[in-house]
Amino acid sequence: MVRFESVGLRYGRTGGRDPSPEVLHDISFELPEGTFCWLRGASGAGKTSLLRLMYLAVLPTSGKLTLLGADIGQTPRAGLPPLRRRIGVVFQDFRLMPHLTAFENVALPLRLAGGSDAQIRADVTELLRWVGLGRKLYTLPEELSGGEQQRVAIARAVITRPSLLLADEPTGNMDEAQAERLMVLLAELNRIGTTVVVASHNDALVERHPAAELRLDRGRLVDEA
Amino acid sequence: MKVPAASARASRADELGLRRALPGRMLPLLVAAMALLAALSVAGWIGTSALARQWREGAGTAMTVQVPRPNEPGAKPESTRLAAAVGLLSGTKGIASVHVLTEAELTDLLRPWLGESAGQLALPMPAVVAVRLTGEAIDLAALGRGLDDAAPGTALEDHGVWIRRLSALAFSLQACALLALTLVGAVSIAVIAVATRAGLAARRDAIEIVHGLGATDGFIAGRFARRTMLLAASGGFAGAVIAVPALLALAKFAAPFAEHPNPSPGPVMLLSALPTPLWGSIAALPVAAVLIGFVTAQLTVRRWLRQLP
Repeated sequence: MVRFESVGLRYGRTGGRDPSPEVLHDISFELPEGTFCWLRGASGAGKTSLLRLMYLAVLPTSGKLTLLGADIGQTPRAGLPPLRRRIGVVFQDFRLMPHLTAFENVALPLRLAGGSDAQIRADVTELLRWVGLGRKLYTLPEELSGGEQQRVAIARAVITRPSLLLADEPTGNMDEAQAERLMVLLAELNRIGTTVVVASHNDALVERHPAAELRLDRGRLVDEA
Repeated sequence: MKVPAASARASRADELGLRRALPGRMLPLLVAAMALLAALSVAGWIGTSALARQWREGAGTAMTVQVPRPNEPGAKPESTRLAAAVGLLSGTKGIASVHVLTEAELTDLLRPWLGESAGQLALPMPAVVAVRLTGEAIDLAALGRGLDDAAPGTALEDHGVWIRRLSALAFSLQACALLALTLVGAVSIAVIAVATRAGLAARRDAIEIVHGLGATDGFIAGRFARRTMLLAASGGFAGAVIAVPALLALAKFAAPFAEHPNPSPGPVMLLSALPTPLWGSIAALPVAAVLIGFVTAQLTVRRWLRQLP
């Protein structure tokens, strides 16, 4: 499902005599299909960079990355969009489209996947009701609270029932009850086969939901439990 | 909750928020100006072509023969020099008609240079013969030799020098029109490319989000191309509409030089004065604007997207 083999990552200058510093060094691990995994580490440890590699926002500058059965280094650029459609991401800063309603934000991945209008309407409405936004389907993000925006972002990430779900500090703006509700959703998706990777600082949450852990320190994988 | 379908459709058609990133005023205005310039350039090209053809057909099918001492005996003593020259011309294949200019016609020709005294010249004047050709090939050198034999000193003026000079002038004007049209096209492409790049910069976040959600380059470029096409079409249409009265005004100024001059043509006559190819070109302006908008936006966006993995 997800395999890192001696993966390194640099931003900016990737070669030449004066390359940019490496933000991830020699990362190797494997997550089988259906894994639930916490990604831990202090701020700046490289959690977000590791997630960016996993949702193909950046490509490794060294090593080999295999995602959803595809060797990314050998996959042509045109082959990456179909892979991205099988990956759901919950961003730390939500990354909602400000000019689109909650409904249209959540519908976007389905539209990119070529879903029918009727199916999109049914699925999106049901999911937004499930996350407690049934009365705010056609509200713009700027009119939603931080927690509500986060729920829209989560709904957008899971609407396609992705094979791989990545979340970067998804409970950062949530109260404990909302965080638990999100964990129920993630656990449910994991139960039906989705591989879930969650970067979190929330020690209490991690302790309440024990699972495999990847721990990063200054760009290196220091512990795999 | 009731679904506001129109709102949903509107959002769906503009996932990237391009209505704000590519506003609907400046680009259509610039494209309209380019379309107007293109119409003027095409009109220049077509007008020059028509003028060159008119010159060729007018001067190229006529000759002038000057016979000095026309009433003196020619090579054959039984006829005058003029009669001998006219006889030779009339019997030559490729000559449609031969007309010996009268005294009054000669005086009219000279009046612009000599004024009212043109009819009272003491100098002996040659006879002038206006010859119209059928368009068939004619051996002018052999004809000139024949005329010289029949009436020595007879001069044959075939207007070839003037035709060549006028043709060169017409070619230069056509080249200028073509250059102007090429520049208009190039500037249009540059304007649309700059507007598209500004739109890309303004919507970078939105593009990165849909890219991350699995949008293909074709999807993103298609959204930009659709918006650019719409704006270019409106600009091209406006430019074409504005071009019609501008060209009619030019046609009115050029009326005295037209094939069938009418110094004060009415509006209906003016409309018919614009040649069919020019009407076709005006109609094609919005289509050309759409094509340029589509291709330029597609190429600009696809090139920009190469920076994303």
